[in-house]
Amino acid sequence: MDFIVGHYNYWVVVVLMMLGFYIVISRGNMVKVLVGLSIFQTSVFIFYISLGKVEGGTAAILLDDPDVVYSNPLTSVLILTAIVVGIATTALGLAIVVRIKEAYGTIEEEEIDDIERADVDTPGLRPS
Amino acid sequence: MTNNVILRIVTKVLVPNIIIFALYVQFHADYGPGGGFQAGVILAAAFVLYSLVYGLENTRRVLPPWAVHLCMGLGVLIFSGTGVVSLLLGGAYLDYDVLSYDPIHGQHRGILWVEIGVITTVFGTMVSIFYAFAGRKGLE
Amino acid sequence: MTEFIDIALLALLVLTGVAVMRIRNLFGVVILFGIYSLLSAGLFVTMDAPDVAFTESAVGVGVATVLLLAALSLVGHEEKPQTRSRVLPLTVVIMTGAVLMYGMLDIPPFGEPTNPAQMHVAPRYLVEQREEVDVDNAVGAVLASYRGYDTMGETAVIFTAGVGVLLLLAGRRLRADQTERKADDE
Repeated sequence: MDFIVGHYNYWVVVVLMMLGFYIVISRGNMVKVLVGLSIFQTSVFIFYISLGKVEGGTAAILLDDPDVVYSNPLTSVLILTAIVVGIATTALGLAIVVRIKEAYGTIEEEEIDDIERADVDTPGLRPS
Repeated sequence: MTNNVILRIVTKVLVPNIIIFALYVQFHADYGPGGGFQAGVILAAAFVLYSLVYGLENTRRVLPPWAVHLCMGLGVLIFSGTGVVSLLLGGAYLDYDVLSYDPIHGQHRGILWVEIGVITTVFGTMVSIFYAFAGRKGLE
Repeated sequence: MTEFIDIALLALLVLTGVAVMRIRNLFGVVILFGIYSLLSAGLFVTMDAPDVAFTESAVGVGVATVLLLAALSLVGHEEKPQTRSRVLPLTVVIMTGAVLMYGMLDIPPFGEPTNPAQMHVAPRYLVEQREEVDVDNAVGAVLASYRGYDTMGETAVIFTAGVGVLLLLAGRRLRADQTERKADDE
């Protein structure tokens, strides 16, 4: 029983990670792939913060009481950075998707494959 | 959206409060949760809310794109500049102990300037990205 | 008590993730992703990380939703039904998940004060911080002072992403009500 309570967090994190991973490798719509990537990233954040939690602890804002137990501040710092970098790369990915839509007329990978395979004047090289 | 009276009035009331809250989060980073990243995003959210209700053209008049692009680079400059000032004052790069007469005050001063750099870059980038997406010609 | 909140929030997260996978209307997917970010922000609060919860709710629910909706208005919001076989991705995912679960059996239990993560640098930061930096917010002190290089790199990454988006999107093809200067260049 203790084993399940102690590890439940991490197993759910693995499930969420695999959900995000499945969306990335199996879906063809590019916006959905980016959302799946963000789900994957957020599950990793949950993993890190779970690593830093101490039972009976409180947030890492120092108080005057000498025998208060604090949770780990280092994991919070790493994830703070990761969240903002994640949104920056998502924004960049979305900008690329918008340009792909303007060049090919679609954002589904299979349709782009068909356009590329057919012998037409390559749309991607059209000046925008 | 612009014809809805409730939205317009509520936005007029909310936007200054959001800006003040962002500055509160920024300057109280020492005493509670907060800091440059959160404050920068909240500040950007105020201007995004204004542009959603009043239109992109009005927002561009209030906050011109050249100012936002400037903020983007200025923040990185302030952050790196703090490190260079530490170098010039005799310490290592980003060593805040030498920035004032006392190491503790030097650390406080260094953290203040560094967080100002962070909020400026985050605010500038978020609003720039929003302007870039919202100003693009959409599906016809 | 907090264990129940933990378990409930994690179960809701899995439900929302499954819904994002199945729904084909991208507008619904974006809103569900906002809900996912909000639930994970609540989870961060119960795990003693208010700074992270703050940032996740501001960024994940605020900025990410607005940017995704703006992108959806430019690319269209219906996903085509899947025609490829799903056997291969499912097999890969199940195998990877099984290997990861097997690896998770070895991890130290959740919340133990003697975990390796709490042993080496974290107590030093919490204790020495009073003499060296003297700021109440330990997370802020570590972010800006002890790990200042990481924060500088991160600011540079945000700036680079902004420049990248501007290079891709802020060129021509402005909307009809924008200035006509760009049209004169062509």
